[in-house]
Amino acid sequence: MQTRVVGVSVPRKEGPAKLTGQARYIDDLSLPGMIFGATVRSTIARGAIEQIRFGEGIAWHEFTIVTAKDIPGRNVVSLIMDDQPCLADGTVNHPEEPILLLAHPDRHALASAVAAVNVTYTPAPSIHSIEESERREHIIWGKDNIFKSYRMEKGDVDQAWKDAAWIVEGEYSTGAQEQLYIEPNGVIAQAGSTTGLTIWGSMQCPFYVHKALVALTGLPAESIRVIQAETGGAFGGKEEYPSMLAAHASLLAMKSGRPVKIIYDRMEDMAATTKRHPSRTRHRTAISADGKLLAAEIDFATDGGAYATLSSTVLSRGTIHAGGPYYWPNIRVNAKAYATNTPPHGAFRGFGAPQSLFALERHMDHIAKTIGLAPDEFRRRNLLHQGMTTATNQVIHEPIVMDQMLERALELTGYHAKVKQFAAHNQTSTKKKGIGIGAFLHGAGFTGSGERYLNALVGLEATAAGGLRVLVSSTEFGQGTNTILCQIAAETLGLEYDDISMAPVDTSISPNSGPTVASRTAMIIGKIVQTAALKMRQTLIDSGLLEPSAGREQFLAACQAYRKQFGELQSFSHYEAAPNIFWNDELYSGEAYGAYAWAVYMAEVTVDTTTYSVTIDDFVALQEIGKVIHPVLAGGQIEGGVAQGIGYALYEKVVWKDGRMINNQMTNYIMPTAEDIPPIRVYFEEVPYQYGPYGAKGIGELPMDGPAPAIINAVVQATGIEFNSIPLLPEDIFRAMTAEPERPAESLETALAAEGSQ
Amino acid sequence: MSKCDVSLIVNGKTHTVSVYPMERLLDVLRTKIGLTGTKEGCGEGECGSCSVLMNGELVNSCLVPVLQAEGATLCTIEGLAGENSLHPVQQAFLKCGGAQCGICTPGMVMATVHLLNHNPKPTLAQIREGLGGNLCRCTGYTRIFDAVAEAAGNPR
Repeated sequence: MQTRVVGVSVPRKEGPAKLTGQARYIDDLSLPGMIFGATVRSTIARGAIEQIRFGEGIAWHEFTIVTAKDIPGRNVVSLIMDDQPCLADGTVNHPEEPILLLAHPDRHALASAVAAVNVTYTPAPSIHSIEESERREHIIWGKDNIFKSYRMEKGDVDQAWKDAAWIVEGEYSTGAQEQLYIEPNGVIAQAGSTTGLTIWGSMQCPFYVHKALVALTGLPAESIRVIQAETGGAFGGKEEYPSMLAAHASLLAMKSGRPVKIIYDRMEDMAATTKRHPSRTRHRTAISADGKLLAAEIDFATDGGAYATLSSTVLSRGTIHAGGPYYWPNIRVNAKAYATNTPPHGAFRGFGAPQSLFALERHMDHIAKTIGLAPDEFRRRNLLHQGMTTATNQVIHEPIVMDQMLERALELTGYHAKVKQFAAHNQTSTKKKGIGIGAFLHGAGFTGSGERYLNALVGLEATAAGGLRVLVSSTEFGQGTNTILCQIAAETLGLEYDDISMAPVDTSISPNSGPTVASRTAMIIGKIVQTAALKMRQTLIDSGLLEPSAGREQFLAACQAYRKQFGELQSFSHYEAAPNIFWNDELYSGEAYGAYAWAVYMAEVTVDTTTYSVTIDDFVALQEIGKVIHPVLAGGQIEGGVAQGIGYALYEKVVWKDGRMINNQMTNYIMPTAEDIPPIRVYFEEVPYQYGPYGAKGIGELPMDGPAPAIINAVVQATGIEFNSIPLLPEDIFRAMTAEPERPAESLETALAAEGSQ
Repeated sequence: MSKCDVSLIVNGKTHTVSVYPMERLLDVLRTKIGLTGTKEGCGEGECGSCSVLMNGELVNSCLVPVLQAEGATLCTIEGLAGENSLHPVQQAFLKCGGAQCGICTPGMVMATVHLLNHNPKPTLAQIREGLGGNLCRCTGYTRIFDAVAEAAGNPR
């Protein structure tokens, strides 16, 4: 289909405001009489609070002090299970758990006051790993430390082992990862006796915040208003946490009677807020004599931290993606999210899929090596094709271009020549080279019946200024929501991009289009914008104000004529499920997602065996995401995701001590800089998705899934050492390369004797 | 500690502000002078979001005690654009997709302006080095490099 606006790289809607410093982020906003809030947090991992004492030397009468006793409604951060308290009441279950809140007119008076609140505890035993949690020596949550279990099964796994030419096992693990949006979390709350409660904040999901505040305050829903400020990056890190922060600011605002701002500094943000779930995946795979996957038994476990929060849904996505883009006649995934005494882990771009796909794609290389096939050939023999079923028994009706992308990736990188060349080079050089593949898919939208439950609502209205504006709760935090939704509306109505603007995201005026997560904005919300636009056009035609064949000027004139006659012109549309989508939540079977994006990534690396550092020399990212709505923004999504994936694989290590992150500074939690990023070559294949706007599918999370396995597969090829955990830091490579696995030294004496005998 | 008066020339205009001498230049710009375009990302000089030009040099304003800026000429993100037109660096970032969430953008733009002032035709390696002190979590830097090359008149 020929398009005029969609597929064109128009200027980002809010671009000029961001580039000139005029965009207003939460810390740029100020209200008259506003004071500042801070949080007193648990210093231990688990235990009972015995006493809270207010130390000397602080003018405590100047402070507003809030504890759990001040909560008018329920003491929960309402989300899925409502198990997480807003403020600890009697017991704490993780370090940094909020216990008490302080507010003061002088922002600089808070740090010493927080330090002067002395909380004494009776500590209880705490657990800090999946292994400790599954041992159940200490039960810290529910009856068995398990937030959620899934068993996903297709075919008959148990009978498949007997037909196997090979059975290959492996265990893989991934670490926590900090979202590291450059703008820390922050909110402002204002409570008025007649105006209700108003929140401004840096957030992805204003209606999540709204729901949490209704539970917390007991106020009627219409008395609570949540407004998104310009949001300086999120990546999932501002999906659920802002509800907690908004709750805290609201309690302080209600008690003090003044507007309260809470902005976390970087150290507090890194220590206290959510991160990507650490994971452990065990694979056992049956392979036929001709290199076909016969069956998989996959055990997928995640560390959810101390409260359930989003762990069940993260686990779900990780489970469904655990089989990757391959055809499995038989597959069983047993998945569990475990409780530990760390701050709750949460949403982060990819949402469980980067974890299970890292394991799978490392395991695919491990199998290929074991059975003597090249990594590309083993994948080629097992890729899904149109008409085949996924691990959830979903038939893929659309063409799948994985084969073509794999071949193109091999060509673009000169893969086969390089494999040979590197093998020769590595024999003599201290700089070992390798090239690795990651093949994967990512489902767009909420899982299974999720979109039906959300039932997103989207609006479009004619403005007094002569254009139209889009009404959604879908937020902009860098991905391009504002721009692409305006493109879709303009395209649909034959208007110019500049004719369309975005209404502010404000729960008092925005229809609930659901949370801005799960790569759902372009595909799901974009489609509803298109539907609402068509409906508006029909309304004008039905009113006799618009000829069906009319152009832009007549359309805009008709909008104004309609407004004059009827007061306002609005059009609202709900989500409509694509036909033949069925999902069985019990069996974890059926159409898990309306559509998948598909990708093949390749990384070329050098491992310097003098410094043990890894350099990425080239990165090729091919993906099929349906119609590309905005080439520049789409390219930016891929490059940004790849950079986060590079950090996930090679740099970003959360160092834990008794459940607390102790490297909670940008100085010693290392994300990629401008000097660390390789050339990233991005290619899009476009297979239009029938039920997406102009054929678009989801894109945002996809690029997070593939880089880590591609990079580590390359490192394994370069070094010959099977690295199965990320992050993989130079010290890990050093240890592995200098270890003597065949002959573990039993004591210093034996080691020295062995050394001396050489 | 008592307050003192400090004079700063910010974007061509002289401001005299009553401050504690050790207050951060970042806070003075944002709260006393009302220029909130300069952002705080880490408060320890790692992320570069608070970058401004002080007497033509690129500084992390979170690490500069305001007394040190007495009499200095400062340029912030608000000082670049004309009345109705973006600065060429801002224009290039807009065109190339160099800004996503926008929070690192003011610092990134200031670092680019500084780089191009000293080296109008930087190589890719020089661009990487010039922006090495400014972290961006959204873009993967690639389109920022494109924007710098574009602003330097060497579109990639």
